[in-house]
Amino acid sequence: MTDDVSPTQSFSLDGDDLPFASGETILQAATRAGRYIPHLCWHPDFAAHGSCRICSVKVNGRVGAACTVQAAAGLEVESNTPEMNRQRKTLLQMLFVEGNHFCPSCEKSGNCLLQATAYQMGMEGPHFEEFYPNRPVDASHPDILLDFNRCILCELCVRASREADGKNIFAIGGHGMGTHLLVNSASGQLGDTAMSLDDRAAHICPVGVILPKRRGFVIPIGQRRFDLKPVSQQREGDAT
Amino acid sequence: MSPTPRKLKVATVSLAGCFGCHMSFLDIDERLFDLIEHIEFDRSPLTDIKQVGACDIGLIEGGLCNAENVQVLREFRAHCKTLVAVGACAITGGLPAQRNHLDLGQLLTEVYRSRPGLSAGGAIPNDPELPLLLNKVHPIREVVHVDYSLPGCPPSADAFWHFLSDLMAGRTPHLGHGLIHYD
Repeated sequence: MTDDVSPTQSFSLDGDDLPFASGETILQAATRAGRYIPHLCWHPDFAAHGSCRICSVKVNGRVGAACTVQAAAGLEVESNTPEMNRQRKTLLQMLFVEGNHFCPSCEKSGNCLLQATAYQMGMEGPHFEEFYPNRPVDASHPDILLDFNRCILCELCVRASREADGKNIFAIGGHGMGTHLLVNSASGQLGDTAMSLDDRAAHICPVGVILPKRRGFVIPIGQRRFDLKPVSQQREGDAT
Repeated sequence: MSPTPRKLKVATVSLAGCFGCHMSFLDIDERLFDLIEHIEFDRSPLTDIKQVGACDIGLIEGGLCNAENVQVLREFRAHCKTLVAVGACAITGGLPAQRNHLDLGQLLTEVYRSRPGLSAGGAIPNDPELPLLLNKVHPIREVVHVDYSLPGCPPSADAFWHFLSDLMAGRTPHLGHGLIHYD
């Protein structure tokens, strides 16, 4: 992202003029301006992935992912509308039932972007039938626990490990319903990789899949990041 | 002088839950005096009435883990105009549903037969009075229509109060930040 903003170029976000720099996407421009567009798989430090579709907005009447659509002068973008938020809530409900998201027993609760976004969209229940998939955890690494039950396939760990850490420890494999997060080692276990607690990938997960061990409840529930302020009022890129 | 409005009848029950939601409900403390001006309790652990009667609001804590849970839930649905799933267990199955990818027979064997420290000849309980366990734990909306969900584990006392105040006033309950919680 660049700070070279030309004031002559702008588009409309929910009726407000928003300046943008050449090459920026709608989500980049909105985030730089402090405007919240809900998102899960996007992070300002990494290339857009466009997979979760939570950031979907209406651009001149057509739906597109704000993280991948380039900003352009004169665009009319609708984001915070009852229609778009209702669709986002439905996407969130589908994400919740596809995994095992038992918030009361998850140590990421209160620091979880999925949960905070669901709060923001007013999701009171998952609506759809739960899948209850069987996804065993990987506790083989001395410092890091992997709980695949919560994976939403955002690929942030894949990108962080590849682009920031240069290690390529994670990948997404399988197809359709069987799509899942993989660990790149002969055994498939995290303990057999070069993963370190200092890696960017160890701290990028927006949900509770990649967790540092022995730190579970350092901050009590009720005093965590999204307990204090809704996600829409937080600064992008803050550590979770 | 306008007649005193009829008090709303409210029933509550805990199915496969831990009663934590009921305890949180009681945490509305002195507001219970305000509440009782507007409602009267039907079947509830607070009254010890055994059968649910015709009610305006049914608050259900806990999911479905056995046949009795399903029967009680259906009775509540038939008798309550507005049914509310209260807490994580009623809404998603909650912590009891963490057994759902495991084999029920193996679980019972582990607990009653093969666990270290059990006395010789231990058996899986099979008294006919015991309700039949379901293969999986289910949220209540998979069996009956649910009108509202009040999330939390448990929902806070303030969330209960806010939710019931809206409902009693005829408004659609809306929980804002700080009151909507899944943990």
